[in-house]
Amino acid sequence: MPFGSMSDLGPSLCTVTSPASTDRVPPQLSAGPRPAPGPAADEGLARRLRALACTAPLHDLDARKANLAGEYSVYGMAEVALAAIDLVTLNMDFDTGADHDQIVARLIPRIAAQAPRRPVAEHERVARWVLENLINVGSVDRGFRAVYGTFTPDGSYVRRDYDFKLIEEVPGPGGTVYLRTTDEAVNVLVGALDTDVTSAQIAAEVKLEVLISRGRLADAQLAAEQARYRTVQYSETLRRALDATRRNVRAVDWLNAVPDMIAEALDHVADRYRHENAILTNIRKARDETEDPEHKRRAAELVDIVKECIRRHTQLQSRLLEAGPLFRAEQDRQAFATPLTTSGIDLYGHLVAPVLPLPLERAVRVTDAFFAHGTGLRTPVSVRLGDLVDILLTPPVEREHLGAEMPEPDLIATPDDSRFSEEQLAAAMKLLDLPADAPRRLSGLLAEARRQDPELPYLVALLAVHAASPPVGTAYRQGEEKLLFAVDDGTELDDPEFGGADLIVGTALLDAAGMAADRTEAA
Amino acid sequence: MTEHVDRSEPEAAVPQAPAAVTPADAADAARLVSFGLQPKLQPARDQEYTELLRRYREDPSFARLADAVATGLGLVVLEVSPRAGMAVTAAEDSVFAVRMSDYARRTSADGGDRFLHGLAHLAVAAMAFPRPEDLADDGYIGRVTVNGVDAFVRQACRRLEERAEEQGENTDPATDAPGLEAAWRIWIRRSAAGATKDARRLAGSTTGIVGKAVAFLTDSGFLQRTGDDHGGTYRTTARYQLQVRDMAGSAAMAELLELGVVPVTDGTPTLLPAEDTDALDLVADAGLPFHSA
Repeated sequence: MPFGSMSDLGPSLCTVTSPASTDRVPPQLSAGPRPAPGPAADEGLARRLRALACTAPLHDLDARKANLAGEYSVYGMAEVALAAIDLVTLNMDFDTGADHDQIVARLIPRIAAQAPRRPVAEHERVARWVLENLINVGSVDRGFRAVYGTFTPDGSYVRRDYDFKLIEEVPGPGGTVYLRTTDEAVNVLVGALDTDVTSAQIAAEVKLEVLISRGRLADAQLAAEQARYRTVQYSETLRRALDATRRNVRAVDWLNAVPDMIAEALDHVADRYRHENAILTNIRKARDETEDPEHKRRAAELVDIVKECIRRHTQLQSRLLEAGPLFRAEQDRQAFATPLTTSGIDLYGHLVAPVLPLPLERAVRVTDAFFAHGTGLRTPVSVRLGDLVDILLTPPVEREHLGAEMPEPDLIATPDDSRFSEEQLAAAMKLLDLPADAPRRLSGLLAEARRQDPELPYLVALLAVHAASPPVGTAYRQGEEKLLFAVDDGTELDDPEFGGADLIVGTALLDAAGMAADRTEAA
Repeated sequence: MTEHVDRSEPEAAVPQAPAAVTPADAADAARLVSFGLQPKLQPARDQEYTELLRRYREDPSFARLADAVATGLGLVVLEVSPRAGMAVTAAEDSVFAVRMSDYARRTSADGGDRFLHGLAHLAVAAMAFPRPEDLADDGYIGRVTVNGVDAFVRQACRRLEERAEEQGENTDPATDAPGLEAAWRIWIRRSAAGATKDARRLAGSTTGIVGKAVAFLTDSGFLQRTGDDHGGTYRTTARYQLQVRDMAGSAAMAELLELGVVPVTDGTPTLLPAEDTDALDLVADAGLPFHSA
């Protein structure tokens, strides 16, 4: 079923509910025995409606791509969106989330595969568009809202707003913003993940092992990836608990719940670590023994995934080990301060906690009262007409658009460490400036050079060797008229300092005019 | 209106000839009040301010004169002391009062935004003074961070969400009655941060709203910025403690009581919501006198 824009979401969802409601409304109207659908019976339906709503933004992307300026129908937006959710989930770290630009960069290959002939800039635009729509940047809450209907305990029908997010932005260190997938998104992604983390993980591991032993690597890869999602989910639960502890020891049950959870998580890590190492050995064996290149590739990928799982477990474990000392330190800080007997206001217990469960229209009265009396004072700005005229007539201050003056750089002369001086180069060039019809032997050139300057033969030899492979193409392009060349005709060089071939060094004339004509023709 | 009232007692005990108030005295008194109107000014940094504060504390008639000037301007004197200076705040409907509509746009149109801004201020205070002792102890200096405040409210909201789920409640609000949506949902629904084109904090996100609150409080001389970690770290000033303790806390509490909500805690601990939800339920006959254990 195609979804319209988000504003159409309500009606389209209601189409889904309509068969149910037609069944139920008549008995209500007949005022007979109370209809069966109480909130309990309705709950399952509501849950499914909410699950359905989570997929709506993805369908919506494909529906709305037609409205984009340009031809975008070639892209499978829902596919890109699922890939994006996938990437964010896998890149979520313990402390922060996934980096926005990195996700875009990793999405591009898939988008490029969908439309290889389109420019990269367009691929990037698609990636950003999908990501922004998954965050829903345009809305105030940066989230989605779906409307669905339920029956209240007294049997009346109520339309409700369901608010959810798929990818949310969280503050990271240093004022940066990171992306995290929400539970809803993870549910959309892998489906039915809303189960007990530990048991789901065990099931996945067992499945993985069986699949590998049977050599079904494609399925094994899927299972391994699912196992990784669960590991991420596990860390996320723990991260929240530890965060809460850091803020307030008493907000978390450190008597039973948290120690139990930590013990459970440590067991889990130890268990998984053992397990995954065993799996790793298995897959490595599969990877090395298999003949099929496709199997080999999959097995290699699996090795990477399982290694990544192990890395995450290790990370989780180190956090778990820090949890105890963190609690004790916070306990010292928060609980053992000298108690003062006072009857003052407990801002949290007396105000924040009671206000939060209130309905909005009542809660806002309390926060308004706090705001009105808690913000202090502002001295009102009073303007005199005379000042106003002056202010309005004052020309705007010239901006120093050139910026501050640059200090004169303090330059240090670097010693001239050239092997040959400019004069030597000039002398060598003069020596090698041979007429086009009279090439000379290198031995003669060296002897002549040696008479001028004992260092000069080295430079001449260097230039001659260099001319053995003259850059003809470059000279041609630059419109040179002549070019130094050197040819080896097999004669040995007889020289006290140098050995090798006695090159014939000469100058070749280049047809500069013809070349220029060729160039214009080519252009 | 607390401490300065006591000043009249020694005066009553030792009757003096009513000293004539000279225009110079009135000017000095008004000068002292004007110092009080500059909340970021530290008394210790200004000799004239220090001198006038000393005179306020030693000369009861001058004190009464300064109080009268403040009252006439529509100000409430919270405390006059070397640490807090002439701590004055705006009386209701005074020209100095801060209005929500001036504070943030959108708030008049959107009840949700109005609530978020108000809650941000309340949450900053609750984080700055987590225990009743902290609010009562004059020497206490609270510390808050922007991300910390957001995380703390989110955590409180999440507990309510979990509790609602445990009880099988459907907290999704009815579509045609947004005012009946539970307050905690408004906060949890708003994203914590958001990427913007110019790398500034997204104004509509909850960290943006808290950031605005702390920046405003800093301008009011209530907070001092100490660093950039965790979205900005701040410490409280004596004035903030006075403002929250003597004005805001009690005003909000009175409003809450008027709504028929009587928060009961056992008096000792803090920062933790009362575990039993009964305490948060509405009481039938409103206006019960509030009692703390």
